[in-house]
Amino acid sequence: MENNEVKPKKEKVPRQKMPEQASDIRVKNFNEVPTGYTEETAITEAKRCIQCKKPGCIAGCPVDVDIPGFIKLIAEGKFIEAALKLKETNALPAVCGRVCPQEDQCEKVCILGKKGEPVAVGRLERFAADYEQQAGNISIPAPAKPNGKKVAVVGAGPAGLTIAGDLVKLGYDVTIFEALHKAGGVLVYGIPEFRLPKAIVEAEVDYLKKLGVKIETNAVIGRLKTVDELFAEGFDAVFLGVGAGAPVFMNIPGENLSGIYSANEYLTRSNLMKAYRFPEYDTPIVRGKNVAVIGGGNVAMDSVRTALRLGADNATIIYRRTEVEMPARIEEVQHAKEEGVQFKLLTNPVEYIGNEDGWVTGVRCQRMELGEPDDSGRRRPVPVAGSEFVIPVDTVVVAVGTTANPIVPATTPGLETNRWGYIVTKDASGLTSREGVYAGGDIVTGSATVILAMGAGRLAAKAIHEYLSRS
Amino acid sequence: MNRIVEKQDLSENVVRMVLEAPAIARKRRAGQFIILKVHEKGERIPLTIVDSDAEAGTLTIIFQVVGKTTTALAAMKAGDALSDVQGPLGNPTEIENFGHVVCIGGGVGVGVVYPLAAALKKAGNRVTSIIGARTKTLLILEEEMKKVSDRLIVATDDGSYGFHGFVSAVLQNLIDEKEKIDRVYAIGPVPMMRVLCNVTKPYGIRTIVSLNSIMVDATGMCGACRVSVGGKTKFTCVDGPEFDGHEVDFALLTNRLRMYADQEKQSLETYKCKVNGK
Ligand SMILES: Cc1cc2nc3c(=O)[nH]c(=O)nc-3n(C[C@H](O)[C@H](O)[C@H](O)COP(=O)(O)OP(=O)(O)OC[C@H]3O[C@@H](n4cnc5c(N)ncnc54)[C@H](O)[C@@H]3O)c2cc1C
Ligand SMILES: Cc1cc2nc3c(=O)[nH]c(=O)nc-3n(C[C@H](O)[C@H](O)[C@H](O)COP(=O)(O)OP(=O)(O)OC[C@H]3O[C@@H](n4cnc5c(N)ncnc54)[C@H](O)[C@@H]3O)c2cc1C
Ligand code: SF4
Ligand code: SF4
Ligand code: FES
Repeated sequence: MENNEVKPKKEKVPRQKMPEQASDIRVKNFNEVPTGYTEETAITEAKRCIQCKKPGCIAGCPVDVDIPGFIKLIAEGKFIEAALKLKETNALPAVCGRVCPQEDQCEKVCILGKKGEPVAVGRLERFAADYEQQAGNISIPAPAKPNGKKVAVVGAGPAGLTIAGDLVKLGYDVTIFEALHKAGGVLVYGIPEFRLPKAIVEAEVDYLKKLGVKIETNAVIGRLKTVDELFAEGFDAVFLGVGAGAPVFMNIPGENLSGIYSANEYLTRSNLMKAYRFPEYDTPIVRGKNVAVIGGGNVAMDSVRTALRLGADNATIIYRRTEVEMPARIEEVQHAKEEGVQFKLLTNPVEYIGNEDGWVTGVRCQRMELGEPDDSGRRRPVPVAGSEFVIPVDTVVVAVGTTANPIVPATTPGLETNRWGYIVTKDASGLTSREGVYAGGDIVTGSATVILAMGAGRLAAKAIHEYLSRS
Repeated sequence: MNRIVEKQDLSENVVRMVLEAPAIARKRRAGQFIILKVHEKGERIPLTIVDSDAEAGTLTIIFQVVGKTTTALAAMKAGDALSDVQGPLGNPTEIENFGHVVCIGGGVGVGVVYPLAAALKKAGNRVTSIIGARTKTLLILEEEMKKVSDRLIVATDDGSYGFHGFVSAVLQNLIDEKEKIDRVYAIGPVPMMRVLCNVTKPYGIRTIVSLNSIMVDATGMCGACRVSVGGKTKFTCVDGPEFDGHEVDFALLTNRLRMYADQEKQSLETYKCKVNGK
């Protein structure tokens, strides 16, 4: 009989791939690399989630997104509802779906990951948020009843945007003061268009404005106004979300030669100032042919992939440890490799060589080997004697980290900082050593992630609300 | 906001503008600057705040037309608005009664030295000022400088007005006349500042220069403006713009100012084509 045959085992649906621009095409443009799920693939992927009773994934998310909840709505084809569910706890889902290191957070603890591949939480998050943005009828909640209290938010990065959104919904009169001419922090000046389209950030900022948040750009707090002057003007509390925006250099000979950039400058010129569209946009950038990027983090990957798109023949990562220790997301390293980035690992620059016009022509490097583990648990690179060699370059991007910018601490008496200049907070609430002054994001933790900065903004919003409800 | 209230041509290619920027005008002190952006797609350029009026809520800038952005700015009229004005930036000048100070400005640098001379005078210093230009018609702010100086000496390179020669020769003469000089402020083109520092160095006269390195954010975020002072890397926007001239590596500054020479030319040509071609 026909029915005698053993029923074939239900085939496991694999994790749905995200379509991408082919690597040879995308290196010639700045458009986003992954193009997003279709409705069909999104539903297929969403159905992989087994809707755990005790979902581990939520614990992996710093802002406690109801992951099974929003995924179920996608599986049911209720995309707008899924987006609204996300927005209950995450003010910037279109951003987080793209740039969260999901493999270390929500997806790391997804039960399906134990045996096979985890649910693609980030891709689904992106899908739902994009669907809502593209549908164009983003609903604006009815304005909250004003409670008569004013809060100043310094810095319009993910931390500042999050707290502003939370507080305005509670009826506060919120003004963000942003140093640059555009709101978004690293999302607009640092992360390139090909990873995070600026239109998405703009839409999120517009949404906040519609909620009633006021944004004053070109306002450098500490110069235009001090924190004390903000209080004098009538603000009841101040949140500092100024990021860790100062570049670190290695202080090796020749580092000020022409053609040598900090990653902050290189990326700011390209992203914020749109130098990749020069001369349509006025800001120039050096379009090097042989570009070396120093460092192994996300910032280094963003810089080196930008260099390729600006027309480099050779774009090389110089990193002093091995690929295993690289802090960059695996996906980014993979993308960089596909695009033709070269990796010089276990290599450390010791000097830059220049020509008579003071333009960089070479990086003198030293080979390294891995020794004993250091404080971070990673094996410490030690130089190999007599191993120096020169890599010819015309452009260098130094991406070895950032540190605290002192403008606000230096102009705010009584604001405690630690020995690296980061602002000290009492606990997760973000309260600083000054009454009514809270801080969160990179300026407290040092360079971290978008979602952690948002989480800090969220907690500080709660704390400020409690503080101002008391008084 | 950011409206141009007044515009005036000071010489062939030097323009004075009064901008509406009340918050900056209230806060600004001598020696500070702004970053402005002319339009949405524009670049960010730094210009010194030459004067401010807290009551009227205005700032004065004086700029030389050298490239794309300054050309576009010069083409704007009173009533137009700039897309962005950010400031006040940089550290204010250290103002004290030092005794006898000599304030030297060359070219458009006279605009930058003027607020310093005014503040130093107000603080009780005896102010001798030396201002110079290539030729008489390019000289700016003579009347204003006269008002804030105990003595004003004018020099032109071609001798068409005042002393025939460079401002450095005037300074050398003052030194030779055994004038006791407590401090020199030297502001102008890089070669001029370098020469003036060479003049004062053997006599140990403290000489302050204001550096004009290329900038992007001007808040210490990018490092575009880095210079070497006393062998250490400094960011002009947050550590300066004024530095001890005897410690400055002028050769490095000169090289770094040339970094975009090709693109700057291309940018200006594109702009001119667009304006002429309509
Ligand atoms: C190139 C790059 C790539 C990255 N990629 C990722 C990624 O893929 N995923 C991820 O999760 N994280 C990534 N990060 C890290 C992430 O962007 C940061 O952790 C996050 O943006 C920190 O948010 P924040 O709100 O604390 O500060 P920021 O985003 O730094 O924002 C601070 C804001 O404050 C403003 N400001 C500073 N000083 C003042 C002042 N005195 N007055 C007024 N305003 C001021 C600044 O102009 C800025 O707009 C990346 C970082 C960089 C640089
Ligand atoms: C603190 C400071 C104060 C200044 N004050 C004045 C002033 O009061 N009056 C005045 O006329 N000029 C001043 N300058 C110089 C002025 O910023 C430049 O002339 C202007 O940026 C040129 O722009 P552009 O597009 O017209 O010319 P470009 O074609 O871009 O360049 C022409 C010249 O300007 C330099 N330059 C280009 N871009 C920048 C930039 N972003 N920052 C600095 N220099 C740049 C170039 O090295 C080149 O030598 C100041 C500079 C600094 C750093
Ligand atoms: S916000 Fe980030 S960590 Fe949280 S669920 Fe979304 S992608 Fe995962
Ligand atoms: S752990 Fe994985 S399968 Fe379980 S609810 Fe979360 S996303 Fe779904
Ligand atoms: S201009 Fe960016 S750090 Fe000075």
